[in-house]
Amino acid sequence: MQGRIHSLESFGTVDGPGVRFVIFTQGCPMRCAYCHNPDTWETNAGTLMEPAYIIEQYERNISFYRGGGITVTGGEPLLQIDFLIDLFTLAKSKNIHTCVDTSGITYNPENPALLAKLDHLMTLTDLVMLDIKHIDPEKHRNLTAQPNTNILKFAEYLSERNVDTWIRHVVVPGLTDDDKYLYDLGYFIGGLSSLKALDVLPYHTMGESKYEKLGMEYRLKGVPAMDKNLLLEKKQVILDGIKARRQKMQKQP
Amino acid sequence: MRPEWTNFVDGKWATEVNVRDFIQKNYHPYDGDESFLADATQNTKDLWAMVLDLQKKEREAGGVLDMDTKVVSTIVSHGPGYLDKSKETIVGFQTDKPFKRSLQPYGGIRMAEKACSDNGYEVDPEISEFFSTHRKTHNAGCFDAYNAEMRACRSSHIVTGLPDAYGRGRIIGDYRRVALYGIDRLIEDKLEQKDSTGRVMTDDVIRLREEISEQIIALKQMKEMAASYGCDIARPAANVKEAIQATYFGYLCAVKEQNGAAMSLGRTSTFLDIYAERDLANGTFTEEQIQEFVDHFIMKLRCIKFARTPEYNQIFAGDPVWVTESLAGVGVDGRHLVSKMSYRYLHTLTNLGPSPEPNLTVLWSTRLPENWKRYCAKMSIQTSSIQYENDDLMRHDHGDDYGIACCVSSMVIGKEMQFFGARANLAKCLLYALNGGVDEVTKKQVGPKYRPVVGDVLDFDDVMDKFIDMIEWQADVYVNTLNIIHYMHDKYCYERAEMALHDRDVKRYFATGVAGLSIVADSLSAIKYAKVEVIRDEDGIIVDFKTTGDFPKYGNDDDRVDSIAQDIVHKFMTAIRRHHTYRNGVPTTSILTITSNVTYGKATGNTPDGRKKGQPFAPGANPMHGRDTHGAIASLSSVAKLPFRDAQDGISNTFTIIPGALGKEDQVFAGDIEIDLNK
Repeated sequence: MQGRIHSLESFGTVDGPGVRFVIFTQGCPMRCAYCHNPDTWETNAGTLMEPAYIIEQYERNISFYRGGGITVTGGEPLLQIDFLIDLFTLAKSKNIHTCVDTSGITYNPENPALLAKLDHLMTLTDLVMLDIKHIDPEKHRNLTAQPNTNILKFAEYLSERNVDTWIRHVVVPGLTDDDKYLYDLGYFIGGLSSLKALDVLPYHTMGESKYEKLGMEYRLKGVPAMDKNLLLEKKQVILDGIKARRQKMQKQP
Repeated sequence: MRPEWTNFVDGKWATEVNVRDFIQKNYHPYDGDESFLADATQNTKDLWAMVLDLQKKEREAGGVLDMDTKVVSTIVSHGPGYLDKSKETIVGFQTDKPFKRSLQPYGGIRMAEKACSDNGYEVDPEISEFFSTHRKTHNAGCFDAYNAEMRACRSSHIVTGLPDAYGRGRIIGDYRRVALYGIDRLIEDKLEQKDSTGRVMTDDVIRLREEISEQIIALKQMKEMAASYGCDIARPAANVKEAIQATYFGYLCAVKEQNGAAMSLGRTSTFLDIYAERDLANGTFTEEQIQEFVDHFIMKLRCIKFARTPEYNQIFAGDPVWVTESLAGVGVDGRHLVSKMSYRYLHTLTNLGPSPEPNLTVLWSTRLPENWKRYCAKMSIQTSSIQYENDDLMRHDHGDDYGIACCVSSMVIGKEMQFFGARANLAKCLLYALNGGVDEVTKKQVGPKYRPVVGDVLDFDDVMDKFIDMIEWQADVYVNTLNIIHYMHDKYCYERAEMALHDRDVKRYFATGVAGLSIVADSLSAIKYAKVEVIRDEDGIIVDFKTTGDFPKYGNDDDRVDSIAQDIVHKFMTAIRRHHTYRNGVPTTSILTITSNVTYGKATGNTPDGRKKGQPFAPGANPMHGRDTHGAIASLSSVAKLPFRDAQDGISNTFTIIPGALGKEDQVFAGDIEIDLNK
């Protein structure tokens, strides 16, 4: 089936391993304060594209993507799970490395139909990059206008199903840089057996101009970009949390 | 074997002038990493501080620190010059002191005078008089032979940037020969060559004999010039220091006599590494000393200067010398050509800091060793000073001992040369096709009076038809203008020093070039896929366009428009190939207006793609700015589709990307979680 696509990027270097062909899907239920793609929020927009067309675009320049693959990001890709299944079925038939970059917001353990689809999709997915915006439920809601309960459950689901997972976390000065929560985040993801990498991203202000163009209010006006050196310290706090959890798990087999 | 050649592996090179054979028999491919490299010595730091100080003074003086206005530059015209003799391990300046620009009137006396007067100097009146009355220059020769049509094309910029008032450059002497063989052996070789010419004195034979005689004079003067610095280059170099010095002297002679538009160095690093390896094995020099020689050599190359006018600097966006040095690449036997010396050259970017000159160019192959690739990437990130070219593509035609002249022109060192031919303005040619040869800016009838476009909406087939006819005309006037230019350059401004370091029978590429390819491709795409209405002025000349609807744009990996670009390149080259070329030059074309795109844009009216009159062209084969909307790979793919067969002098793509878009900073990189946890 067709997907609603915001845009295609032929040279993705920051969304998974290697040089990747990146598919930005249209539509997202989250309203993250620091989102730098607010133009992907609206659900009924974008261009309809067939999976075959997208894979053809990838294959045209396949020599650039050795060691890479495709990454679907957005928007929230899992809003269009049927399309994703079709796309990844085709990709895997051609041995293309597949990656989903998601907020996990659509996950719902109470919905068996959705779970069946997700189970199917995960058999076709080589890597999930799960972006946990905040470990604290209340702060998560403030930041994104959504709860994080099911997002954290989704992380556990990935772990149970042994799907390779990168956890991404954006550090925003004053919003998501509190050591307590960073440590808690680490402690939580330290319990995931399928965790392969931690991708800590510094907040930048490049999204601001998009809001202006779209005539939207930018909630983080005046918040400075994240300092790179400080970011490394913050990453270490998360790593400390992971270590603590792992040590504890080793003690209680 | 000669004593200087002890421990070298014997081969054909010992009995004939054959540097490639010497390299192949003796070089050491290096697979290791950069950890062996040595830091800058105190002497290097001191000397470099002096250069920086001179650069500062030069900027403060408005761009030129000193000019020679009295002595016409030849190989031996000036005594030795130094920064600090006691500290320099590699010596030699173009004149008797650093940053003093030489006087080179053979390309054109008016250009030399203007270069001086624009910078506040005045050429000695006796010299002006001599070169106006008694000795014709290249420039005067060209204008003696041009016809009215050529002059009109020149002044309306449909062919543009022609090397008829300045040195054509783009010829690379095999400067390594000076080191490997010594001048005396090279003179012997040239005497044999002169003796081997045909006995029937046709124009060609007479010219060749005279040229070889000039080359021999140049060789003798090289020896004399080196002696003034206390160096003996009559014999082969005996160690790496002498080899670097001799190679540099060869190059220095070229830039003392030619103010060419690109004076490139060649492919010297792995050649010199053979000497370095021998010296390291014998304990003659330490790594630190060898790096010091290299640093001082590169420092000298950074000090090469020419007297130029502001107009010249406008065409070339600055004051470039294009001291291009080609590094690495892979040999035809499959061994890569990376040596420790390749690393030492790039390491000068660390020891002396980043610099556009010399233009360090890595001949890139997928088969280069991993350590080297990593080092190049690291140095590119740190310094933005490295150029890359596709060795896998060029090796096919040029083997494994070619070098790059200027930015992309490939030629086998010492065996091939190029007649540089600037470029034809294709965007303007398209407008001429619409207007029946009338220039859209000056309103003059410059091209042939073909039928102009009638009606208000452009029809693709009609425009294409007219455009092809106009390209045929443009190629005709362009090639014939170049024939005159190169005839006169050989006659009045012959590159004797560079040609002395070539074989007798060289392959000459007759280079042409195009500007405005992406504009033409997008314009034709607009005509084909959208609706383009023409707007005529009161004289009935089409001066603007109204485009309705969207159209595919070059730079998005879209075959509908990319195929138009391919087709135009092929048609242009086919038109060029139809013509007689001076000295049977092999015609080639380049798409590489890296710097002059701004000037060409100024001289060209509105185009159907929506570009406004005066707006710059995209550089080289680049898509127009902001029209490539599908990311870097889609953009690169459009360029990569252009047929190299039809643009063998090179296709350039200026690619800028913010570091963050190329991947994350090393330290913040998402790696393996186990590695992160064990740090």
